[in-house]
Amino acid sequence: MASNTAFKKVRLKTEPAQEDLRQLALGDVVYLDGSVYTAREGVYRRAVEENVPLPLDLPAESGTNFHCSPAASIADNGDFNMGAVTATASFRFSKWIATWLELSGAKLILGKGGMSSKDYREHFVPHGAIYLTTVGYGTGALLGRGVKRVKNVFWREELGLAQAMWLIEVENFGPFIVESDLDGNSLFERENAKISAGLSKVYEGTKPAVLKRFGETDDRSDELI
Amino acid sequence: MIGLQVIQDTAMTLMDKAAIEIPEDYLSGLKHAAQVEDGDLSSFVLQAMLENYEAAKEDRRAMCGDTGCPRWYVKMANEARIEGGPVALETELRRATANATRSIPLRPNRVHPLWRTDHDNNVGINAPEIEFAFEPEGDWIDLTTVHKGGLFGTDYRMLFPSDGIEGIKRFYLDSLVAFGKRGLSCQPAIIGIGLGGSKDTCMVLGKRAACLRTVGDRNPDPRMAELELEFIELGNSIGMGAMGFVGKSMVIDCHIEAGYCHTGGMQMSVHAFCLSSRRACARIHADGSVEYRTDPHWFTPYQRRETVEWPAILPSKKSA
Repeated sequence: MASNTAFKKVRLKTEPAQEDLRQLALGDVVYLDGSVYTAREGVYRRAVEENVPLPLDLPAESGTNFHCSPAASIADNGDFNMGAVTATASFRFSKWIATWLELSGAKLILGKGGMSSKDYREHFVPHGAIYLTTVGYGTGALLGRGVKRVKNVFWREELGLAQAMWLIEVENFGPFIVESDLDGNSLFERENAKISAGLSKVYEGTKPAVLKRFGETDDRSDELI
Repeated sequence: MIGLQVIQDTAMTLMDKAAIEIPEDYLSGLKHAAQVEDGDLSSFVLQAMLENYEAAKEDRRAMCGDTGCPRWYVKMANEARIEGGPVALETELRRATANATRSIPLRPNRVHPLWRTDHDNNVGINAPEIEFAFEPEGDWIDLTTVHKGGLFGTDYRMLFPSDGIEGIKRFYLDSLVAFGKRGLSCQPAIIGIGLGGSKDTCMVLGKRAACLRTVGDRNPDPRMAELELEFIELGNSIGMGAMGFVGKSMVIDCHIEAGYCHTGGMQMSVHAFCLSSRRACARIHADGSVEYRTDPHWFTPYQRRETVEWPAILPSKKSA
Protein backbone atom coordinates (compact mmCIF):
# COMPACT_ATOMS: atom_id res chain seq x y z
CA MET A 1 0.00 0.00 0.00
CA ALA A 2 1.23 3.45 -0.88
CA SER A 3 2.09 5.92 1.85
CA ASN A 4 -0.37 8.74 2.46
CA THR A 5 2.19 11.13 3.83
CA ALA A 6 2.89 12.53 0.35
CA PHE A 7 -0.10 14.83 0.57
CA LYS A 8 -0.09 18.17 2.23
CA LYS A 9 -3.01 18.56 4.63
CA VAL A 10 -4.45 22.06 4.91
CA ARG A 11 -7.13 23.71 7.09
CA LEU A 12 -8.94 26.39 5.12
CA LYS A 13 -11.62 28.97 5.94
CA THR A 14 -14.78 28.85 3.83
CA GLU A 15 -14.04 32.44 2.75
CA PRO A 16 -10.36 31.94 1.92
CA ALA A 17 -7.95 34.70 0.92
CA GLN A 18 -6.33 34.46 -2.52
CA GLU A 19 -2.91 33.91 -0.86
CA ASP A 20 -4.30 30.81 0.87
CA LEU A 21 -5.58 29.42 -2.43
CA ARG A 22 -2.31 30.25 -4.19
CA GLN A 23 -0.45 27.93 -1.81
CA LEU A 24 -2.56 24.91 -2.75
CA ALA A 25 -1.29 22.31 -5.20
CA LEU A 26 -3.34 19.75 -7.11
CA GLY A 27 -3.81 16.68 -4.91
CA ASP A 28 -3.51 18.53 -1.59
CA VAL A 29 -5.99 17.44 1.07
CA VAL A 30 -8.22 20.15 2.52
CA TYR A 31 -10.42 20.44 5.62
CA LEU A 32 -12.79 23.39 5.96
CA ASP A 33 -13.98 25.62 8.81
CA GLY A 34 -16.84 28.11 8.59
CA SER A 35 -20.11 28.07 6.66
CA VAL A 36 -21.03 26.11 3.55
CA TYR A 37 -24.25 26.19 1.55
CA THR A 38 -25.66 23.58 -0.83
CA ALA A 39 -26.75 24.68 -4.29
CA ARG A 40 -27.31 22.54 -7.37
CA GLU A 41 -29.59 22.58 -10.45
CA GLY A 42 -32.73 23.60 -8.53
CA VAL A 43 -31.07 26.64 -6.97
CA TYR A 44 -29.18 27.51 -10.16
CA ARG A 45 -32.30 27.44 -12.29
CA ARG A 46 -34.14 29.63 -9.84
CA ALA A 47 -31.36 32.13 -9.25
CA VAL A 48 -29.75 32.23 -12.68
CA GLU A 49 -32.64 31.58 -15.09
CA GLU A 50 -35.61 32.93 -13.14
CA ASN A 51 -33.64 35.78 -11.54
CA VAL A 52 -35.14 35.13 -8.10
CA PRO A 53 -33.11 37.15 -5.55
CA LEU A 54 -30.84 35.03 -3.36
CA PRO A 55 -32.35 34.28 0.06
CA LEU A 56 -29.08 34.98 1.89
CA ASP A 57 -26.23 37.44 1.63
CA LEU A 58 -23.46 35.90 -0.47
CA PRO A 59 -20.51 35.75 -0.20
CA ALA A 60 -20.78 37.51 3.20
CA GLU A 61 -22.49 34.52 4.82
CA SER A 62 -20.48 31.91 2.93
CA GLY A 63 -18.00 31.73 0.08
CA THR A 64 -18.32 27.98 -0.39
CA ASN A 65 -20.88 26.27 -2.61
CA PHE A 66 -21.33 22.53 -2.08
CA HIS A 67 -22.88 20.52 -4.93
CA CYS A 68 -24.80 18.37 -2.52
CA SER A 69 -28.16 17.12 -1.36
CA PRO A 70 -27.79 16.02 2.24
CA ALA A 71 -29.36 12.91 3.73
CA ALA A 72 -31.45 15.00 6.09
CA SER A 73 -34.94 15.48 7.44
CA ILE A 74 -36.84 18.21 9.23
CA ALA A 75 -38.88 17.17 12.29
CA ASP A 76 -42.39 18.50 12.91
CA ASN A 77 -40.99 20.89 15.54
CA GLY A 78 -38.59 22.29 12.94
CA ASP A 79 -35.47 20.52 14.25
CA PHE A 80 -32.99 19.39 11.61
CA ASN A 81 -31.57 15.90 11.46
CA MET A 82 -28.56 15.80 9.15
CA GLY A 83 -26.91 12.38 8.80
CA ALA A 84 -24.54 11.95 5.89
CA VAL A 85 -23.51 14.50 3.27
CA THR A 86 -21.88 13.71 -0.06
CA ALA A 87 -21.43 15.60 -3.30
CA THR A 88 -23.24 15.13 -6.56
CA ALA A 89 -21.55 15.20 -10.00
CA SER A 90 -20.70 18.78 -10.91
CA PHE A 91 -20.17 18.62 -14.69
CA ARG A 92 -23.95 18.88 -15.17
CA PHE A 93 -23.95 22.40 -13.76
CA SER A 94 -21.52 23.80 -16.31
CA LYS A 95 -24.09 25.96 -18.09
CA TRP A 96 -24.93 27.92 -14.92
CA ILE A 97 -21.51 28.18 -13.31
CA ALA A 98 -20.33 31.43 -14.93
CA THR A 99 -23.36 33.43 -13.80
CA TRP A 100 -23.43 31.66 -10.47
CA LEU A 101 -19.83 32.59 -9.62
CA GLU A 102 -20.70 36.17 -10.56
CA LEU A 103 -23.85 36.19 -8.41
CA SER A 104 -22.50 34.36 -5.38
CA GLY A 105 -18.87 35.44 -5.27
CA ALA A 106 -18.02 31.84 -4.30
CA LYS A 107 -14.31 31.06 -4.01
CA LEU A 108 -14.66 27.34 -3.34
CA ILE A 109 -16.85 24.93 -5.28
CA LEU A 110 -17.16 21.52 -3.61
CA GLY A 111 -18.48 18.61 -5.60
CA LYS A 112 -18.03 15.24 -7.24
CA GLY A 113 -15.81 14.64 -10.27
CA GLY A 114 -14.78 18.20 -10.98
CA MET A 115 -15.60 20.23 -14.08
CA SER A 116 -13.63 20.66 -17.31
CA SER A 117 -10.40 22.66 -17.33
CA LYS A 118 -12.16 24.81 -19.95
CA ASP A 119 -14.72 25.77 -17.27
CA TYR A 120 -11.89 26.42 -14.82
CA ARG A 121 -9.96 28.67 -17.20
CA GLU A 122 -12.99 30.58 -18.50
CA HIS A 123 -15.03 30.93 -15.32
CA PHE A 124 -13.15 29.92 -12.17
CA VAL A 125 -9.84 31.68 -12.88
CA PRO A 126 -11.38 35.15 -13.53
CA HIS A 127 -13.27 34.85 -10.22
CA GLY A 128 -10.30 33.56 -8.24
CA ALA A 129 -12.20 30.38 -7.44
CA ILE A 130 -11.02 26.77 -7.22
CA TYR A 131 -12.68 23.37 -7.15
CA LEU A 132 -12.32 20.86 -4.31
CA THR A 133 -13.53 17.32 -4.89
CA THR A 134 -15.02 15.09 -2.22
CA VAL A 135 -13.13 11.84 -1.64
CA GLY A 136 -14.19 8.39 -2.81
CA TYR A 137 -17.82 9.44 -3.32
CA GLY A 138 -18.20 9.31 -0.75
CA THR A 139 -17.08 9.77 2.72
CA GLY A 140 -20.60 10.81 3.70
CA ALA A 141 -20.29 9.82 7.34
CA LEU A 142 -16.92 11.58 7.82
CA LEU A 143 -18.31 14.72 6.21
CA GLY A 144 -21.44 14.42 8.33
CA ARG A 145 -19.23 14.52 11.44
CA GLY A 146 -17.84 17.86 10.29
CA VAL A 147 -21.29 19.46 10.25
CA LYS A 148 -21.72 21.35 13.53
CA ARG A 149 -25.26 22.53 12.90
CA VAL A 150 -27.77 23.49 10.25
CA LYS A 151 -28.03 27.28 10.33
CA ASN A 152 -30.93 27.57 7.92
CA VAL A 153 -32.75 25.98 4.98
CA PHE A 154 -33.87 28.24 2.14
CA TRP A 155 -36.34 27.50 -0.66
CA ARG A 156 -37.38 24.28 1.04
CA GLU A 157 -41.03 24.58 -0.07
CA GLU A 158 -40.15 25.68 -3.59
CA LEU A 159 -37.46 23.07 -4.28
CA GLY A 160 -38.00 20.16 -1.86
CA LEU A 161 -35.54 18.83 0.73
CA ALA A 162 -32.98 17.51 -1.77
CA GLN A 163 -32.69 20.64 -3.89
CA ALA A 164 -33.19 23.23 -1.14
CA MET A 165 -30.36 25.51 -0.08
CA TRP A 166 -28.95 24.22 3.23
CA LEU A 167 -26.68 26.61 5.09
CA ILE A 168 -24.48 24.62 7.46
CA GLU A 169 -21.79 25.46 9.96
CA VAL A 170 -18.76 23.21 9.58
CA GLU A 171 -15.60 22.43 11.49
CA ASN A 172 -12.71 20.32 10.26
CA PHE A 173 -15.06 19.39 7.40
CA GLY A 174 -13.40 17.00 5.00
CA PRO A 175 -11.45 15.42 3.49
CA PHE A 176 -11.49 17.19 0.13
CA ILE A 177 -8.83 17.01 -2.59
CA VAL A 178 -7.69 20.05 -4.57
CA GLU A 179 -8.91 19.35 -8.12
CA SER A 180 -8.31 22.76 -9.72
CA ASP A 181 -5.83 25.52 -8.92
CA LEU A 182 -5.90 29.26 -9.50
CA ASP A 183 -4.38 28.74 -12.96
CA GLY A 184 -7.23 26.44 -14.02
CA ASN A 185 -5.34 23.13 -14.07
CA SER A 186 -7.31 19.94 -13.37
CA LEU A 187 -6.05 16.98 -11.35
CA PHE A 188 -8.56 14.63 -13.01
CA GLU A 189 -7.41 15.63 -16.47
CA ARG A 190 -3.78 15.13 -15.46
CA GLU A 191 -4.61 11.61 -14.21
CA ASN A 192 -6.71 10.85 -17.32
CA ALA A 193 -3.77 11.68 -19.55
CA LYS A 194 -1.50 9.29 -17.63
CA ILE A 195 -4.06 6.47 -17.82
CA SER A 196 -4.89 7.05 -21.51
CA ALA A 197 -1.27 6.38 -22.43
CA GLY A 198 -1.63 2.72 -21.44
CA LEU A 199 -5.13 2.03 -22.74
CA SER A 200 -4.36 0.71 -26.21
CA LYS A 201 -2.47 -2.18 -24.64
CA VAL A 202 -5.45 -3.04 -22.41
CA TYR A 203 -7.75 -3.07 -25.45
CA GLU A 204 -5.54 -5.52 -27.38
CA GLY A 205 -7.52 -8.58 -28.41
CA THR A 206 -10.90 -6.81 -28.30
CA LYS A 207 -12.84 -5.64 -31.33
CA PRO A 208 -15.45 -2.98 -32.05
CA ALA A 209 -19.12 -3.98 -32.11
CA VAL A 210 -20.53 -5.00 -35.49
CA LEU A 211 -23.51 -2.67 -34.96
CA LYS A 212 -22.23 0.89 -34.48
CA ARG A 213 -23.80 3.83 -32.68
CA PHE A 214 -24.10 7.40 -33.95
CA GLY A 215 -21.24 9.52 -32.71
CA GLU A 216 -19.23 6.58 -31.44
CA THR A 217 -15.51 7.10 -30.93
CA ASP A 218 -12.54 4.79 -30.48
CA ASP A 219 -10.49 7.61 -28.96
CA ARG A 220 -10.22 6.45 -25.34
CA SER A 221 -8.71 9.73 -24.20
CA ASP A 222 -12.16 11.29 -24.76
CA GLU A 223 -14.30 12.06 -21.75
CA LEU A 224 -18.04 11.70 -21.39
CA ILE A 225 -18.53 15.00 -19.62
CA MET B 1 -49.09 -16.93 8.27
CA ILE B 2 -46.54 -14.11 8.39
CA GLY B 3 -47.90 -11.02 10.13
CA LEU B 4 -47.63 -7.47 8.83
CA GLN B 5 -46.05 -6.06 12.01
CA VAL B 6 -43.00 -8.32 11.72
CA ILE B 7 -42.71 -7.35 8.05
CA GLN B 8 -42.82 -3.65 8.94
CA ASP B 9 -40.27 -4.01 11.78
CA THR B 10 -37.93 -6.11 9.66
CA ALA B 11 -38.18 -3.75 6.70
CA MET B 12 -37.30 -0.76 8.91
CA THR B 13 -34.24 -2.58 10.30
CA LEU B 14 -33.15 -3.56 6.79
CA MET B 15 -33.39 0.03 5.55
CA ASP B 16 -31.17 1.09 8.44
CA LYS B 17 -28.60 -1.67 7.99
CA ALA B 18 -28.34 -1.18 4.23
CA ALA B 19 -27.71 2.55 4.54
CA ILE B 20 -25.22 2.34 7.42
CA GLU B 21 -23.35 -0.99 7.44
CA ILE B 22 -21.02 -1.94 4.61
CA PRO B 23 -21.53 -5.69 3.94
CA GLU B 24 -18.66 -7.83 5.25
CA ASP B 25 -17.93 -9.40 1.85
CA TYR B 26 -17.47 -6.03 0.14
CA LEU B 27 -15.43 -4.74 3.08
CA SER B 28 -12.99 -7.68 2.84
CA GLY B 29 -12.72 -7.11 -0.90
CA LEU B 30 -11.97 -3.43 -0.39
CA LYS B 31 -9.40 -4.12 2.33
CA HIS B 32 -7.62 -6.44 -0.07
CA ALA B 33 -7.73 -3.76 -2.78
CA ALA B 34 -6.28 -1.23 -0.32
CA GLN B 35 -3.38 -3.59 0.40
CA VAL B 36 -2.37 -4.06 -3.22
CA GLU B 37 -3.09 -0.50 -4.41
CA ASP B 38 0.13 1.38 -5.13
CA GLY B 39 -1.27 4.59 -6.66
CA ASP B 40 -0.74 7.38 -4.11
CA LEU B 41 -4.01 9.23 -4.61
CA SER B 42 -6.05 6.10 -5.18
CA SER B 43 -4.61 4.60 -2.02
CA PHE B 44 -5.49 7.70 -0.01
CA VAL B 45 -9.09 7.42 -1.23
CA LEU B 46 -9.43 3.76 -0.23
CA GLN B 47 -8.03 4.52 3.22
CA ALA B 48 -10.53 7.36 3.65
CA MET B 49 -13.38 5.05 2.65
CA LEU B 50 -12.32 2.46 5.23
CA GLU B 51 -12.38 5.19 7.89
CA ASN B 52 -15.76 6.30 6.60
CA TYR B 53 -17.33 2.86 7.11
CA GLU B 54 -16.16 2.94 10.72
CA ALA B 55 -17.54 6.44 11.25
CA ALA B 56 -20.90 5.41 9.77
CA LYS B 57 -21.23 2.44 12.12
CA GLU B 58 -20.06 4.36 15.19
CA ASP B 59 -22.42 7.27 14.59
CA ARG B 60 -25.23 5.17 13.08
CA ARG B 61 -25.36 7.54 10.13
CA ALA B 62 -25.58 6.70 6.43
CA MET B 63 -22.23 5.82 4.80
CA CYS B 64 -22.84 8.11 1.88
CA GLY B 65 -24.88 11.28 1.53
CA ASP B 66 -26.33 9.98 -1.71
CA THR B 67 -28.26 7.11 -0.24
CA GLY B 68 -29.29 5.85 -3.67
CA CYS B 69 -32.70 4.64 -4.75
CA PRO B 70 -34.07 2.15 -2.23
CA ARG B 71 -35.68 -0.92 -3.83
CA TRP B 72 -36.95 -4.29 -2.65
CA TYR B 73 -36.46 -7.88 -3.70
CA VAL B 74 -38.98 -10.28 -2.21
CA LYS B 75 -38.60 -13.99 -2.43
CA MET B 76 -41.48 -16.17 -1.32
CA ALA B 77 -41.13 -19.84 -0.60
CA ASN B 78 -43.94 -21.80 -2.20
CA GLU B 79 -45.91 -22.36 1.02
CA ALA B 80 -45.48 -18.85 2.46
CA ARG B 81 -48.67 -17.00 3.36
CA ILE B 82 -48.78 -13.31 4.21
CA GLU B 83 -51.40 -11.55 6.30
CA GLY B 84 -53.37 -9.48 3.80
CA GLY B 85 -51.56 -11.04 0.83
CA PRO B 86 -48.95 -9.50 -1.47
CA VAL B 87 -50.80 -6.18 -1.70
CA ALA B 88 -50.51 -5.66 2.07
CA LEU B 89 -46.84 -6.66 1.86
CA GLU B 90 -46.20 -4.04 -0.82
CA THR B 91 -47.88 -1.39 1.32
CA GLU B 92 -45.63 -2.29 4.29
CA LEU B 93 -42.50 -2.03 2.14
CA ARG B 94 -43.57 1.34 0.75
CA ARG B 95 -44.36 2.55 4.27
CA ALA B 96 -40.99 1.36 5.63
CA THR B 97 -39.21 3.11 2.77
CA ALA B 98 -40.97 6.38 3.52
CA ASN B 99 -40.58 6.17 7.31
CA ALA B 100 -36.92 5.12 7.20
CA THR B 101 -36.12 7.93 4.76
CA ARG B 102 -37.18 10.32 7.49
CA SER B 103 -35.86 8.50 10.56
CA ILE B 104 -32.33 7.46 9.47
CA PRO B 105 -32.36 9.96 7.58
CA LEU B 106 -31.85 9.07 3.91
CA ARG B 107 -31.68 11.55 1.09
CA PRO B 108 -35.12 11.83 -0.50
CA ASN B 109 -33.83 11.13 -4.00
CA ARG B 110 -36.97 10.10 -5.82
CA VAL B 111 -38.76 12.70 -7.90
CA HIS B 112 -41.07 12.70 -10.94
CA PRO B 113 -38.84 12.63 -14.06
CA LEU B 114 -40.55 15.62 -15.68
CA TRP B 115 -42.30 17.61 -12.97
CA ARG B 116 -39.60 16.94 -10.34
CA THR B 117 -42.39 16.44 -7.78
CA ASP B 118 -40.70 15.33 -4.54
CA HIS B 119 -42.62 13.56 -1.77
CA ASP B 120 -39.50 13.78 0.40
CA ASN B 121 -39.85 10.08 1.23
CA ASN B 122 -38.43 8.06 -1.71
CA VAL B 123 -41.92 6.84 -2.60
CA GLY B 124 -43.78 7.71 -5.79
CA ILE B 125 -44.91 6.30 -9.11
CA ASN B 126 -43.12 2.95 -9.57
CA ALA B 127 -40.88 3.74 -6.60
CA PRO B 128 -39.58 1.87 -4.72
CA GLU B 129 -39.34 -1.03 -7.16
CA ILE B 130 -40.59 -4.25 -5.58
CA GLU B 131 -39.61 -7.40 -7.44
CA PHE B 132 -40.87 -10.88 -6.62
CA ALA B 133 -39.45 -14.35 -7.08
CA PHE B 134 -40.35 -17.77 -5.73
CA GLU B 135 -38.61 -20.84 -4.35
CA PRO B 136 -39.97 -24.40 -4.37
CA GLU B 137 -39.85 -25.34 -0.69
CA GLY B 138 -40.61 -23.67 2.64
CA ASP B 139 -42.99 -21.17 4.23
CA TRP B 140 -40.61 -18.21 4.70
CA ILE B 141 -40.16 -14.95 2.85
CA ASP B 142 -36.81 -13.29 2.17
CA LEU B 143 -36.74 -9.50 2.11
CA THR B 144 -33.74 -7.79 0.50
CA THR B 145 -33.30 -4.09 0.16
CA VAL B 146 -30.70 -2.57 -2.15
CA HIS B 147 -29.98 1.15 -2.23
CA LYS B 148 -28.05 1.40 -5.46
CA GLY B 149 -26.87 4.74 -6.79
CA GLY B 150 -28.80 5.73 -9.83
CA LEU B 151 -26.76 7.82 -12.26
CA PHE B 152 -23.48 6.47 -13.63
CA GLY B 153 -21.67 3.25 -14.45
CA THR B 154 -24.44 1.38 -16.22
CA ASP B 155 -24.77 0.76 -19.93
CA TYR B 156 -26.55 -1.54 -22.38
CA ARG B 157 -25.65 -2.67 -25.87
CA MET B 158 -27.12 -5.04 -28.42
CA LEU B 159 -24.23 -7.24 -29.48
CA PHE B 160 -24.46 -10.14 -31.92
CA PRO B 161 -23.00 -13.65 -31.95
CA SER B 162 -20.36 -12.51 -34.42
CA ASP B 163 -19.10 -9.96 -31.84
CA GLY B 164 -17.92 -12.91 -29.76
CA ILE B 165 -15.97 -12.70 -26.53
CA GLU B 166 -13.74 -10.01 -28.07
CA GLY B 167 -16.80 -7.79 -28.50
CA ILE B 168 -17.97 -8.50 -24.97
CA LYS B 169 -14.56 -7.54 -23.62
CA ARG B 170 -14.57 -4.32 -25.64
CA PHE B 171 -17.93 -3.22 -24.29
CA TYR B 172 -16.91 -4.18 -20.76
CA LEU B 173 -13.75 -2.09 -20.99
CA ASP B 174 -15.60 0.79 -22.65
CA SER B 175 -18.09 0.91 -19.75
CA LEU B 176 -15.37 0.84 -17.08
CA VAL B 177 -13.13 3.39 -18.78
CA ALA B 178 -15.92 5.77 -19.78
CA PHE B 179 -17.60 5.95 -16.37
CA GLY B 180 -14.42 5.33 -14.39
CA LYS B 181 -12.89 8.65 -15.40
CA ARG B 182 -13.22 11.14 -12.55
CA GLY B 183 -14.65 8.22 -10.60
CA LEU B 184 -18.19 8.77 -11.84
CA SER B 185 -19.09 5.13 -11.17
CA CYS B 186 -17.74 5.38 -7.59
CA GLN B 187 -15.34 2.51 -8.12
CA PRO B 188 -13.91 0.13 -7.04
CA ALA B 189 -17.22 -1.60 -7.61
CA ILE B 190 -18.89 -4.96 -7.85
CA ILE B 191 -19.48 -5.21 -11.58
CA GLY B 192 -22.58 -7.06 -12.72
CA ILE B 193 -22.93 -8.20 -16.31
CA GLY B 194 -26.14 -9.36 -17.92
CA LEU B 195 -25.83 -11.44 -21.08
CA GLY B 196 -28.71 -12.39 -23.33
CA GLY B 197 -32.35 -12.41 -22.34
CA SER B 198 -34.25 -9.61 -23.99
CA LYS B 199 -33.33 -5.94 -23.60
CA ASP B 200 -35.18 -5.57 -20.29
CA THR B 201 -34.19 -8.94 -18.79
CA CYS B 202 -30.59 -8.28 -19.78
CA MET B 203 -30.65 -5.11 -17.68
CA VAL B 204 -32.44 -6.84 -14.81
CA LEU B 205 -29.99 -9.77 -14.80
CA GLY B 206 -26.94 -7.51 -14.84
CA LYS B 207 -28.27 -5.35 -12.03
CA ARG B 208 -29.10 -8.39 -9.92
CA ALA B 209 -25.66 -9.86 -10.67
CA ALA B 210 -24.10 -6.69 -9.25
CA CYS B 211 -26.43 -6.21 -6.28
CA LEU B 212 -27.57 -9.67 -5.21
CA ARG B 213 -24.36 -11.73 -5.37
CA THR B 214 -21.56 -11.36 -2.84
CA VAL B 215 -17.85 -10.79 -3.34
CA GLY B 216 -16.14 -14.14 -3.96
CA ASP B 217 -19.24 -15.87 -5.31
CA ARG B 218 -18.76 -17.63 -8.66
CA ASN B 219 -21.24 -18.61 -11.35
CA PRO B 220 -21.85 -22.39 -11.19
CA ASP B 221 -21.12 -22.71 -14.91
CA PRO B 222 -17.32 -23.24 -14.85
CA ARG B 223 -16.78 -21.38 -18.13
CA MET B 224 -18.79 -18.39 -16.89
CA ALA B 225 -16.84 -18.51 -13.62
CA GLU B 226 -13.59 -18.43 -15.59
CA LEU B 227 -14.84 -15.41 -17.52
CA GLU B 228 -15.72 -13.64 -14.26
CA LEU B 229 -12.19 -14.13 -12.95
CA GLU B 230 -10.70 -13.00 -16.24
CA PHE B 231 -12.83 -9.84 -16.16
CA ILE B 232 -11.70 -8.95 -12.64
CA GLU B 233 -8.10 -9.09 -13.87
CA LEU B 234 -8.88 -7.17 -17.03
CA GLY B 235 -10.71 -4.40 -15.18
CA ASN B 236 -7.91 -3.99 -12.68
CA SER B 237 -5.30 -3.83 -15.45
CA ILE B 238 -6.73 -0.63 -16.96
CA GLY B 239 -4.41 1.47 -14.82
CA MET B 240 -7.27 3.29 -13.14
CA GLY B 241 -8.21 3.23 -9.47
CA ALA B 242 -10.63 4.98 -7.13
CA MET B 243 -11.93 8.35 -8.36
CA GLY B 244 -10.27 7.75 -11.73
CA PHE B 245 -6.81 8.35 -10.29
CA VAL B 246 -3.86 6.27 -11.47
CA GLY B 247 -4.13 2.90 -9.75
CA LYS B 248 -5.25 -0.70 -10.06
CA SER B 249 -8.47 -0.95 -8.06
CA MET B 250 -11.47 -0.74 -10.38
CA VAL B 251 -13.21 -4.05 -9.78
CA ILE B 252 -13.79 -5.74 -6.42
CA ASP B 253 -15.61 -8.59 -8.11
CA CYS B 254 -17.36 -9.37 -11.37
CA HIS B 255 -20.58 -11.39 -11.61
CA ILE B 256 -22.09 -12.56 -14.87
CA GLU B 257 -25.64 -13.84 -15.32
CA ALA B 258 -27.12 -15.22 -18.51
CA GLY B 259 -30.59 -15.59 -19.97
CA TYR B 260 -31.59 -17.39 -23.15
CA CYS B 261 -31.91 -14.85 -25.94
CA HIS B 262 -32.96 -14.47 -29.57
CA THR B 263 -30.84 -16.74 -31.74
CA GLY B 264 -29.51 -13.74 -33.67
CA GLY B 265 -28.51 -11.62 -30.66
CA MET B 266 -26.19 -11.37 -27.66
CA GLN B 267 -27.50 -8.54 -25.45
CA MET B 268 -25.09 -7.18 -22.86
CA SER B 269 -25.47 -4.87 -19.89
CA VAL B 270 -22.88 -3.61 -17.40
CA HIS B 271 -23.69 -2.36 -13.89
CA ALA B 272 -21.44 -0.99 -11.15
CA PHE B 273 -22.40 -1.43 -7.48
CA CYS B 274 -20.36 1.29 -5.79
CA LEU B 275 -18.07 1.94 -2.81
CA SER B 276 -21.21 2.04 -0.68
CA SER B 277 -22.63 -1.30 -1.81
CA ARG B 278 -25.82 -1.02 0.20
CA ARG B 279 -27.63 -4.33 0.59
CA ALA B 280 -29.28 -6.04 3.53
CA CYS B 281 -31.50 -9.12 3.79
CA ALA B 282 -33.59 -11.03 6.23
CA ARG B 283 -35.57 -14.24 6.26
CA ILE B 284 -38.93 -14.10 8.02
CA HIS B 285 -40.22 -17.49 9.05
CA ALA B 286 -43.86 -18.47 9.45
CA ASP B 287 -43.42 -18.49 13.26
CA GLY B 288 -42.40 -14.81 13.13
CA SER B 289 -38.67 -15.36 13.80
CA VAL B 290 -36.27 -13.25 11.74
CA GLU B 291 -32.68 -13.95 10.64
CA TYR B 292 -30.60 -11.09 9.25
CA ARG B 293 -27.79 -11.58 6.76
CA THR B 294 -26.01 -9.75 3.93
CA ASP B 295 -26.08 -12.50 1.28
CA PRO B 296 -29.42 -12.48 -0.56
CA HIS B 297 -28.92 -16.07 -1.87
CA TRP B 298 -30.92 -14.87 -4.85
CA PHE B 299 -29.42 -16.93 -7.66
CA THR B 300 -30.39 -20.43 -6.59
CA PRO B 301 -30.50 -23.45 -8.89
CA TYR B 302 -34.24 -22.79 -9.18
CA GLN B 303 -33.72 -19.20 -10.38
CA ARG B 304 -31.19 -20.39 -12.96
CA ARG B 305 -33.24 -23.40 -14.08
CA GLU B 306 -33.33 -24.23 -17.77
CA THR B 307 -35.84 -27.05 -17.76
CA VAL B 308 -39.62 -27.16 -18.09
CA GLU B 309 -40.18 -29.22 -14.95
CA TRP B 310 -39.04 -28.69 -11.38
CA PRO B 311 -37.38 -30.62 -9.87
CA ALA B 312 -35.31 -30.52 -13.02
CA ILE B 313 -35.96 -33.41 -15.33
CA LEU B 314 -33.20 -33.05 -17.88
CA PRO B 315 -34.12 -34.06 -21.41
CA SER B 316 -32.45 -37.34 -22.19
CA LYS B 317 -29.64 -36.98 -24.67
CA LYS B 318 -30.72 -38.83 -27.77
CA SER B 319 -27.93 -40.99 -29.06
CA ALA B 320 -27.02 -40.47 -32.67
